[in-house]
Amino acid sequence: MILLTERLTERPGMAIDIEFEGQARRRNWSQHPAIRWVRRGEAFLFPVGLIALWWIASARGWLPEQILPAPAYVVATGRDMISTGELFYHAGVSLRRVVFGFAIGASLGMVLGIAIGLSRRFEDYVKPVFLAFAQIPTLGWIPLLMLLVGIEETLKIIIIAKSALVPVTLNTFSGIRSVPAKYLEVGRALRFSRWQTLRLIILPSAVPSIFTGIRYGLTHAWTSLVGVELLASSEGLGYLLVWGRQMFWLDTVIIAMVVIGIIGFAMDRGLEASEVLIRRWKRQAED
Amino acid sequence: MEETSNFVRIRRGLTLPLLLLVAWEASSRFGLVDIRFLPPIEDVILTAKQEIIDNGLVGQLGSSLLRNIAGFLIGAVLGIGFGTLLAVVNIADRLIMPTFNGIKQISLLAWIPLISVWFGFAEQAKIVFVALAAFIPIALNTHDGIKDAPRELVEVGRALCFNSWQRISRIYLPVALPSIATGIHLGLIYSWLATVGAEYFLAVGPGIGGLVIAGRERFDMALVMVGVIILGIVGFAFNRLAGAAERRLLRWRE
Repeated sequence: MILLTERLTERPGMAIDIEFEGQARRRNWSQHPAIRWVRRGEAFLFPVGLIALWWIASARGWLPEQILPAPAYVVATGRDMISTGELFYHAGVSLRRVVFGFAIGASLGMVLGIAIGLSRRFEDYVKPVFLAFAQIPTLGWIPLLMLLVGIEETLKIIIIAKSALVPVTLNTFSGIRSVPAKYLEVGRALRFSRWQTLRLIILPSAVPSIFTGIRYGLTHAWTSLVGVELLASSEGLGYLLVWGRQMFWLDTVIIAMVVIGIIGFAMDRGLEASEVLIRRWKRQAED
Repeated sequence: MEETSNFVRIRRGLTLPLLLLVAWEASSRFGLVDIRFLPPIEDVILTAKQEIIDNGLVGQLGSSLLRNIAGFLIGAVLGIGFGTLLAVVNIADRLIMPTFNGIKQISLLAWIPLISVWFGFAEQAKIVFVALAAFIPIALNTHDGIKDAPRELVEVGRALCFNSWQRISRIYLPVALPSIATGIHLGLIYSWLATVGAEYFLAVGPGIGGLVIAGRERFDMALVMVGVIILGIVGFAFNRLAGAAERRLLRWRE
């Protein structure tokens, strides 16, 4: 705010200044902490209302326990699972799988995407096969891989890696292909070597697109983790879902869903924040 | 360079698949791999033929597709309605949208256990799940498309004294069409994924997903391969179809 007014008063032309000031002050008012709190509070009205309805429904016995357990019961179970460390254990197992699988899939995807992006010849050979394999949904691969590698950790890592690989490869490829021609010409004029062109021109300008791929990749990885854990696992959040379902413990099911949602949200937000940073950095670099 | 490359590109594109097929055939013929893991190509073709003729593969595919389309249509109609409502009614948007954004973070497959408790294992549960899969991207994209409507157009509507229905049908929906088309494209892809998921996890019934699971239980690799190839072809067809529909819908904009 101070910076803005300082710059404005330096300029001649009072009328404009006053108008700007007025606008700035008005905007400032709507960002007043109290108003912001009300705005933020609004978002909670609806969920609070839903929970109240849920609470009334279970207190009055509108729905049987097995269909919808009481909110207090779910909270109690959640507290229990946290204090025994059960919840953290399963979440940890799931997170470890995603991190491993995603790291493998994303790095392979980047290498593949760069290779396809740089060489037309390589693209012609590999891309059709890659696209054909990419058409088969990740869920389709699970039974096939179960027969090949069993139902142990390898299966989960391969499935997660595959689901991250596809978006990372495609976005890396398109990022590299859409490097502006004028940049490449600058490189040619400066007589950059192949390696220098790649490192100083192509990769930096493809970074935002690669990052989009990484974001999609992580989302896909998280979804397929749940899938593979539902089908074949004896630990992890997906297992918690299946187990709770079999035992008709809906409280466990709901808690597992909430944790899956929270972790997915946190990962997505984390990547979104770093994406914003990267874009800003790129804009600065371009200016 | 461009003219000669077309033929070369086709040749290059075919190289790898042909090499893979030859390697497959050779390794199963000369016993390099266990044929339980990699059955010979003719076994896969024979299985496909047998499934089509004796076991009603076409019917199974049909019931998967029917389920998929029913769920998709329900999800699409509800999604467009819900997205429009939130985008047009400001107070509803501010109250409900944050909750919706929170709920959509729960990855799709995690809904299956809850849905199976609430709706059972039968057809109904599967359609609900497929509809949910289509609903989320379509609602989001409809909402964002309308929210991004240029102010001038909204003001034109006000100047012409449009009532709310006219504003929605003449301004908001046409403006949001590209975004809605994206949502429908995503919805088609997700709903196919959800159809497969529903058939895996909810009781076995007719359907391609059930076929694949049965193949796995019987350790019948050829059957699993047939199923997986069909899954891929249908996914590809949906993707193409959605792309074509999108172009056709948006042609008037050019």
